Amino acid sequence: MTDKKDNLETAAHPENLRRVAIDPVSRIEGHGKVTLLLDENDRVHQVRLHIVEFRGFEKFVQGRPYWEAPVMVQRLCGICPVSHHIAASKAMDMIVGATITPTAEKVRRLMHYGQILQSHALHFFHLSAPDLLFGFDSDVAKRNIVGIAAAYPEIAKQGVLLRKYGQEVIRVTAGKRIHGTGSIPGGVNKNVSAEERDYLLKDIGQIIAWSGEAVAMARRLFEQNLDLYNNFGRFEAHTLNLVRADGALDLYHGGLRARDLNGNMLFDHYDYSHYWDVIFEDVKPWSYMKFPFLRSLGPDAGWYRVGPLSRVTQCDFIPSPLAEEQRKAFLAFDNGNAAGATLGFHWARMIEMLHAAEVIQELLLDPDLQGNDLVSIGERQERGVGVIEAPRGTLIHHYKVDEHDQIVRCNLIVSTTHNNQAMNEAIRQVARQYIDGRKLTEGLLNHIEVAIRAFDPCLSCATHALGKMPLEVELLDAEGSRVDVLTRASDGAFCSPG
Amino acid sequence: MVALILVFAVGNESRGDDALAPLLLRSLEGSADAAGRVELIEDYQLQVEHVTDLTGRSAVLFVDADVSCAEPFHFSEIAAERDSSYTSHVMTPFALLHTYRQVYGIDAPPAFMLRIRGYNFELGKPLSDKAAANLEAATKLMRALCAEGDLQRWRQRLVNV
Repeated sequence: MTDKKDNLETAAHPENLRRVAIDPVSRIEGHGKVTLLLDENDRVHQVRLHIVEFRGFEKFVQGRPYWEAPVMVQRLCGICPVSHHIAASKAMDMIVGATITPTAEKVRRLMHYGQILQSHALHFFHLSAPDLLFGFDSDVAKRNIVGIAAAYPEIAKQGVLLRKYGQEVIRVTAGKRIHGTGSIPGGVNKNVSAEERDYLLKDIGQIIAWSGEAVAMARRLFEQNLDLYNNFGRFEAHTLNLVRADGALDLYHGGLRARDLNGNMLFDHYDYSHYWDVIFEDVKPWSYMKFPFLRSLGPDAGWYRVGPLSRVTQCDFIPSPLAEEQRKAFLAFDNGNAAGATLGFHWARMIEMLHAAEVIQELLLDPDLQGNDLVSIGERQERGVGVIEAPRGTLIHHYKVDEHDQIVRCNLIVSTTHNNQAMNEAIRQVARQYIDGRKLTEGLLNHIEVAIRAFDPCLSCATHALGKMPLEVELLDAEGSRVDVLTRASDGAFCSPG
Repeated sequence: MVALILVFAVGNESRGDDALAPLLLRSLEGSADAAGRVELIEDYQLQVEHVTDLTGRSAVLFVDADVSCAEPFHFSEIAAERDSSYTSHVMTPFALLHTYRQVYGIDAPPAFMLRIRGYNFELGKPLSDKAAANLEAATKLMRALCAEGDLQRWRQRLVNV
């Protein structure tokens, strides 16, 4: 943790500084913007990531019958609808007093690991590989999947087909490509037929092989640029994630584990149905997004990191052989330095993708998937909490349902909110390392986007209508007057309105 | 055997006018206009894996809400185009066609785009009145396109609509 007066969160005399805004307005609701305050010598005095968190979703489900929640919440986010579908279902399991059956749990797990596979594939091959393969300062026209396809056609094709396979797992388990209804309060509404199982099994060997190659590629990138990868946006942080009862990585269910930045256990196997006893949400006047913190450490020191890097480094082991071998190699690499690096997220993410592929294979070979005991109901409860490890990190759904079966309260803490302070810290480190004292260029500004992309924040992206994706970089003088503005249109082209 | 014509609707029904394309698709479901040779697919947004949906088609028609096109809609033929989107989780139809070429080594099928003008995209809001009127006009065109199923006729319409 940095000293507060030197942490670049709040400048001492902002009135004398010029402001640069990096405004990746990527969606209609929920967007991110980075502001830098620079003095006349281009020294950085303040860096803030503002994410206009989309708070409408809690209101969106209020007044709806509880059984609609698992379907409705999928419309919150077009990128991770399955994560919301499953987290809401787990919360509703508590509402209906269910202990779900083995078939129901395994079908849900299959769906969830399909989501992990497709999401991680999209992130690595589509969003991050362009930066990693071409370099952060490379021609902006190359930094996308099309650039990858031109230079690395086989990698691009694997990215597409890995993603497609994960979507097929979701379609089979959720019943539809989108708006799936597979998971319901108390269980699932369909099993996986033998025919569906065989359909998915025929390609899983290739999917595992490609996932293994992706881990190797992530490692190679690290080895080739060791200093850069170890130090880019590096910072120490506490961690939070779910672990299985035996300490294994488990992305579907478990207890909460938090460690401080020195690796000391703060709590372990904590029952998430009382998460508010260990996690609290702080607010800051300059951001719409909340800043969760570990209660025992307080709001200033208690922020933490979630997601693949935390999960892979903080679990005791990964319960699948190929991924476990890669986890050990990751932790041992360069005396453990990669495990604390911001760009280590990518390597950890690929290890999780490999694990997801192995879990999918294991589940497909389990005859419980063809079981017919799908739903369990017990004593009705007023409150339900569902927590999973979504692709980007811990996802909490919390509902209160009244005697008329209507949802009267809802609180969601999504992965991007958990990582809010950690992302701010990463971009401040990048600003110190690459921007402080230098003339700003598009390449330098991309370094900040690279740091943000490592966390893969999801900015409430279920809507996207054409024409709504500009990026604007605005330069203001010390008096706040606009000196220049650079706009990147939805096709990525930069233009200056002159 | 895949249907020769793919209609791909993009949007989220729970976000105001972003529902335009899914609602148009609903109106075609079970319709005689679309029977047999037309397959209807929808998703929240375009992604790389959707290149696999384009294979084996004689034509692809993307339908989406648009915040800036002329009212009530804009119908055009589109081509593969390199897309330099800096990030985001979404692709344009142009970039998808370009990715198709990179992945399969051949050009994507002929592709068209129907943009329907939308205005309000808030979560939980219904379709706006103006968007509903635009949808009605776009639906008439879409029914005619599906009934024709003929690229030459579609191209003639590019001039006439």
